[in-house]
Formats: sequence, C-alpha cells, structure tokens
Amino acid sequence: MNPRERIARRVARIFKDGDVVNLGIGLPTSVANYVPDEVHIVLHSENGFTRVGPAPEPGQEDPDIVDAGGMPVTILPGGCCFDSATSFAIIRGGHLAATVLGALEVDQEGNLANWMIPGKLVPGMGGAMDLVAGARKVIIAMEHVTKNGDPKIVEKCDLPLTGARKVNLIVTELGFMEVTPDGILLRELAPGVTVEEIQSKTGATLILPDQIGVMTA
Amino acid sequence: MNKVVTMAEALSRIKNGQSVMIGGFLTVGTPQGLVDAIVDSEIGELTLIVNDTAFADRGVGKLIACDKVKKVITSHIGTNKITGKKMHAGEIEVELVPQGSLAEKIRSEGAGLGGFLTPTGVGTAVEENKQVMEFDGKKYILERPMGADIALIKAHKADTSGNLVYRRAARNFNPLMAMAADLVIVEADEIVEAGELDPDEVMTPCVFVDLIVRKESPNESA
Repeated sequence: MNPRERIARRVARIFKDGDVVNLGIGLPTSVANYVPDEVHIVLHSENGFTRVGPAPEPGQEDPDIVDAGGMPVTILPGGCCFDSATSFAIIRGGHLAATVLGALEVDQEGNLANWMIPGKLVPGMGGAMDLVAGARKVIIAMEHVTKNGDPKIVEKCDLPLTGARKVNLIVTELGFMEVTPDGILLRELAPGVTVEEIQSKTGATLILPDQIGVMTA
Repeated sequence: MNKVVTMAEALSRIKNGQSVMIGGFLTVGTPQGLVDAIVDSEIGELTLIVNDTAFADRGVGKLIACDKVKKVITSHIGTNKITGKKMHAGEIEVELVPQGSLAEKIRSEGAGLGGFLTPTGVGTAVEENKQVMEFDGKKYILERPMGADIALIKAHKADTSGNLVYRRAARNFNPLMAMAADLVIVEADEIVEAGELDPDEVMTPCVFVDLIVRKESPNESA
C-alpha cells in the first residue's frame, strides 16, 4: 500500500457517526474514500455547502458545485448551501468535529505551519487559519519527512505558524501520534516500523507509552 | 424602481484608483462579464478585495494579469502564478487575510459594526499590529471592518428592484460584499420583474443593490 493511502485509511477511522468534518486539499481530501460504511460523516466545504459528495460522472459536472480546491463534486441528499460568513461561522464556532490538514511543519507543542515558506512559497492561508482555530479536533495527515528526508515533526516550528497549540493528532505512514501537554505521544506504529526508525525521522523526542498499538490500514 | 442598466452604463460608474470587491471563489460566483468589461476598459490602479486571485486567464485573475490592479486584499493567491510573480517583483501589493476574517470584515462593514473579535490567527503573523484581547482565558484578535467603493456581484436571479438569488456554491462572498460597498453592481444570469421572486426565496434584499446588468449569453457576445 502506498504511504498516502495508508495515512488516509488511518485518518478515516478516527471519525464517529454524525461528525461534521472539513478535509483540506490534497491527501486530506482522499480520506473521504476510506470512511467505514457504518460511519456517516457530513463533509463541509468552506466555499459554502455541506454533504460534499463524490465527483460527478464526466459530462454531469455542475459549474457551480466545486470543492474548495475547485474540483467538480456533488451535493448529497440533505446537503445545503450558504454564504462565506455562515461557512466560517460553522468553522470558527466549533461546529466542526474535526478538520484534516497537511503540514509543512508541526511541533511538539501542537503548533502548525502550513501556509507559507518566506521568500519561496506564499500561496496565502485561505481558510486554514480559521479551520485550525475553530475545529474541535485538528488532525494532521502528512508524509513523515520532506522530499529531502528532513523531519516535518520538530521541537519548534521555524516556518510562520498557521495556528498556535492547536494540533491534536498527527498521522503519517509511519505512525499515529497524539499531541499532549507533555509532548508527542506515539500511540501506534505502522506494521514493520520500529520505534528507532520513527524516532530517527522525527525532530522531537517521542513519548513512548507502555503499549504501542499497530496502525492497521 | 428599475435598476437594470447596460454594461456600458455600469462600467461608466467605475473610476480609476477605486477599491473594488468582487464576489467569487476561484471562478465560481464571479461576475465574469463585469470583470471582462474592466479588462477591456481604460480603468486601472484598482485595489481589489477578493477571496482569491483565481487564475491568470480566468476569473478575477485576469485583472491582475493585465495590470489593472495596484493592491489586492485576499486570502489566497496560490492558483494565480502572476500574482506571486508581480508581488515578488514589487509590482503589486498583496495583503493576505484569513478567509473567515475577510468574510466577517466585509459583513461587519455592511452591518455597521466597528469590528469583531476572532480567535483566528492568534499566535501567528496575522496578529501583528493588531490589538489582542483576552476574555475568560481565551485570546482574540480585534479585526476591523472592510468596505469598498464598488462591489461587483454575481447572482443567479435578480428582480428589477434588485432582490437577488444565488445558486449552489456561487453564493460565497457575494451576499456579504453586496452589503459593504458604496455602489453595488450585480451581474445576473436571469432578470425577472419585481414580484416574480417569492419574498422568502430572496437571499440579498434589494436595499443593498444599485445596478443590475444581464449576463450576456454566448449568442449576444458573439
């Protein structure tokens, strides 16, 4: 299984039936494909609707129904549309059970950096700062290291923050981690991954519980 | 009162150097006919207030690509490479605002509020030069309202008195911007007589709207 699918499958098992969830662009979007059949979540799209459905059949696209990344999607029965102020009231007002986002860096205090690299990449924060500030649970879904092999989980973020002390869970292809007041707790390891391997690829010291679970896909 | 005018009449009300808010998320809900009319006009030096700068060849991004904009206030520029290029070259000023704060700043202006307190951006660069206040142990940034000289709005249906209905995700910033500008110009897919919209179906009350132009069908523009 490729790393990104392993991550998406683990994140998909975090939700509870009825959760209202916002998925970020990219890897987080793919989480929707793996939510267990018995769990029904309501997907919120920050450009203004709920119950985001799958992509339409070719030729059936509605130009007024796209997700926050601009991709054609559908609105499932029971969905509804609203303006951006209401959409962000849903986000900021604590009405989202969770948001799933990618990261450039996340640190042991739960700080998140994912919106700019000074002098290089300045796309803007879009809705990410509101999502991080307002969702009841902030889940980071990302590959464990950068393309160069550098840790993305660090002691202290160097890049400009998206939110301070807001991250709750981190899921990578190597493991499932929880940000606690004492640091990052390693709750599960992917099959075949050792504590030594994940620690060597992590810039912060992981807290090891007595029992580390297996991160099944 | 009939607020329907021609595109030329609407365009004549927009001046060089004005601030213009334009509805839309990427290209969805953008009044493209009005945007294209500005692209083809002599109007320039605009301050743009938009959710994002869309694409270099589609949506509001065309205004940036053809040098109509001196400053843009927005939440995201990543889909339009020309915005970033001009920003790094010092040819355009870019002010980035979190999307929810941008929406609420505009709504606040329209609602006559002096601002609002938001947790968004606390502990980040967004709080620089802003007042941070603490209530019940939680920190908030004081964000001020934001209005504009002009708002360009895309509606699905308008009646001749200016009541508006939006469609699906094309609503986004449109109802907020319609509240927050001195002159509000609407581009509508369909215009009906006053009285033909059910009062319960109206999403933007006519009191906010000044002028309405019809979206040109492909036949008319050919």
